[in-house]
Amino acid sequence: MSRPAENKIIEIPAGSEEWARAICAAHENRPDELLEIFHAVQHEIGFIPETVVAVVANALNISRADVYGVLSFYHDFRRAPAGRHVVKICRAEACQAMHSHEVCVHAEQRLGTKFGGTSADGEFTLEAVYCLGNCARSPAMMIDGNLFGCVDEKRFDAVIAGLDNEAAA
Amino acid sequence: MTNKKKSSGMPPAQAKPQPQGAVPAEAKVRIFVPRDAAALSMGANAVAESIAAEAKKRNAKIEIVRNGSRGMLWLEPLVEVETGKGRVAYGPVAAGDVAGLFEASFLTGGNHKLRHGLTDEIPYFKNQERLTFARCGITDPLSIADYRAHGGFAGLTKAIAMEPADIVAEVTTSGLRGRGGAGFPTGIKWKTVLDTRAEQKYICCNADEGDSGTFADRMLMEGDPFCLIEGMTIAGIAVGATHGYVYIRSEYPHAVATMREAIRIATEANWLGSTIQGSPYDFELHVRVGAGAYICGEETSMLDSLEGKRGLVRYKPPLPAIEGLFGKPTVINNVLSLASVPIIIDKGGVYYRDFGVGRSRGTLAFQLAGNIKQGGLVERAFGITARELIEGYGGGTASGRPIRAVQFGGPLGAYLPNSKLDTQMDYEAFVKEDAMVGHGGVVVFDDMVDMARQARFAMEFCAIESCGKCTPCRIGSVRGVEVIDRIIADENREANIELLQDLCVTMTDGSLCAMGGLTPMPVMSALRHFPDDFHRPAHAEAAE
Repeated sequence: MSRPAENKIIEIPAGSEEWARAICAAHENRPDELLEIFHAVQHEIGFIPETVVAVVANALNISRADVYGVLSFYHDFRRAPAGRHVVKICRAEACQAMHSHEVCVHAEQRLGTKFGGTSADGEFTLEAVYCLGNCARSPAMMIDGNLFGCVDEKRFDAVIAGLDNEAAA
Repeated sequence: MTNKKKSSGMPPAQAKPQPQGAVPAEAKVRIFVPRDAAALSMGANAVAESIAAEAKKRNAKIEIVRNGSRGMLWLEPLVEVETGKGRVAYGPVAAGDVAGLFEASFLTGGNHKLRHGLTDEIPYFKNQERLTFARCGITDPLSIADYRAHGGFAGLTKAIAMEPADIVAEVTTSGLRGRGGAGFPTGIKWKTVLDTRAEQKYICCNADEGDSGTFADRMLMEGDPFCLIEGMTIAGIAVGATHGYVYIRSEYPHAVATMREAIRIATEANWLGSTIQGSPYDFELHVRVGAGAYICGEETSMLDSLEGKRGLVRYKPPLPAIEGLFGKPTVINNVLSLASVPIIIDKGGVYYRDFGVGRSRGTLAFQLAGNIKQGGLVERAFGITARELIEGYGGGTASGRPIRAVQFGGPLGAYLPNSKLDTQMDYEAFVKEDAMVGHGGVVVFDDMVDMARQARFAMEFCAIESCGKCTPCRIGSVRGVEVIDRIIADENREANIELLQDLCVTMTDGSLCAMGGLTPMPVMSALRHFPDDFHRPAHAEAAE
């Protein structure tokens, strides 16, 4: 998405009210672009802070209740920061048929958090997702936007270990 | 029948400018490494990097094309090498295999344990009827030159010269029905929008492919995005709409990126935008990204989401064709419905209608998923049996165990037992079995499956994803989980089974949309075909 006003945003501290206003302006303060605005905010700072809700409501000239309603309706939007890595494991039928349940149990143990939570060290947020469109290579998972197929316990550990190596490098 | 559009031998060279001092294009070997998300999920990027590095080391002149997927997903990453005889397939290739492939002279199609011969001759691929997916996996998805060399924009070029009503008539003739699952005749929907007078109309593509067991929309958007753009533009011309939206789910970041890039390229080349190719027609296309709400695949919920609201289902009437996006007449079609339009206009509605059986005309992109040995996409005319797909193409289960249940048409579709797999895949034949073909998703389970658990999951999923507007869906699904839990725990079992059936009737008859209305389908089919699973000793569950 290349909108002219967006270049300016970079110079403003991310997360500030001014920054949030600039994002809204880049979307022409259009109410129908609310989801796009939230995506842009979350892409930059990882979640949608309370302050942004107020700014967005003002800029789009809709009620805070409406903005909050949208924020709470969609599973994607977070109201608090996530862990450093977001691990999403598919829990839908095609992956169930390939025993994703066992991978899910294993992931909770390996990452030290239940689904919907974040590990105590802030490294991993674990989330359920219902279909990643990789149903011929089930079970599937997505980590920080990267898709993985045929994920059994062993491959899960290998992928997670790969992330640790990246971090060490 | 083999693919009719595909040319044999060397595809035309791409019109790419060569850097100064480079060797002529014909001296370079073209190697295809898919960019499809399923291929990426199995390491396609690492394979492409490895091939580039190895070629550099050996001073081999190659050009890597990142194509879409051919649909043989169990072979991904499927690497193809262009030779004088055609494209030779190797797969599944891991980065660690690359040096060995070079050793085996794969640049000239040399023998190797991963070699499958000519891609076009692999039976899984050869024995398909590729109309909608004619180019997917063959071309560079972001090359307009490649797209045109393989018949792209022929439909739109014709449509520009046609009367809008004739375009709609051609789509009606084709017998095309909504490929998202509902199967509503596309031509009738378009005619309603055409006949409704308004200053502004919209084309909305529903690319919120949320059903488990489906990936055809994603494959097309990643593998042949211009085809969807062309179909939407034709729809715009046909009904008089100048703006279109593609609503893509956020779980598909690769499809989002590819569609955005394709729209940018098409706009630059004036296949989108103002006065398209010198015609009087304008059409602008926008991508909108969902936010993890399954219900937004329901068309009116999607409209609310496109308007920046909570994705709540709307009452009908008014039909979206009359009052849709921003209250204006709107065509809402699935990705594959729209992507089937270019070939229908190019070759004529009769050509398309001649595929298929009964009232199910044309082809469907069947998606073989779950516990299946050879999972992937099989485009065939309606009328093939489920068993031919699952055993013939799919090769049975991945686990090697017997097939016990197959869910057709996504999470809201029925589970059928092995004994029903000779049913013909067409809309009406499936309705007779209290099932639905839907979008052609086929999810296979082996004999390890517990169907009472699957029934419980159907209710649980509905409880998680219900928009909450109507009571049967919002409350019914929660009660459904509770009742099935009691059945599993053998608490007053027979009375609770009766209660579950009663609840399913209420949800079917009383829900506002297909989410609550069809959740009973998997539940009731599990109960009907697999009663034993609802009558197991309770302690067996507790032991799990």
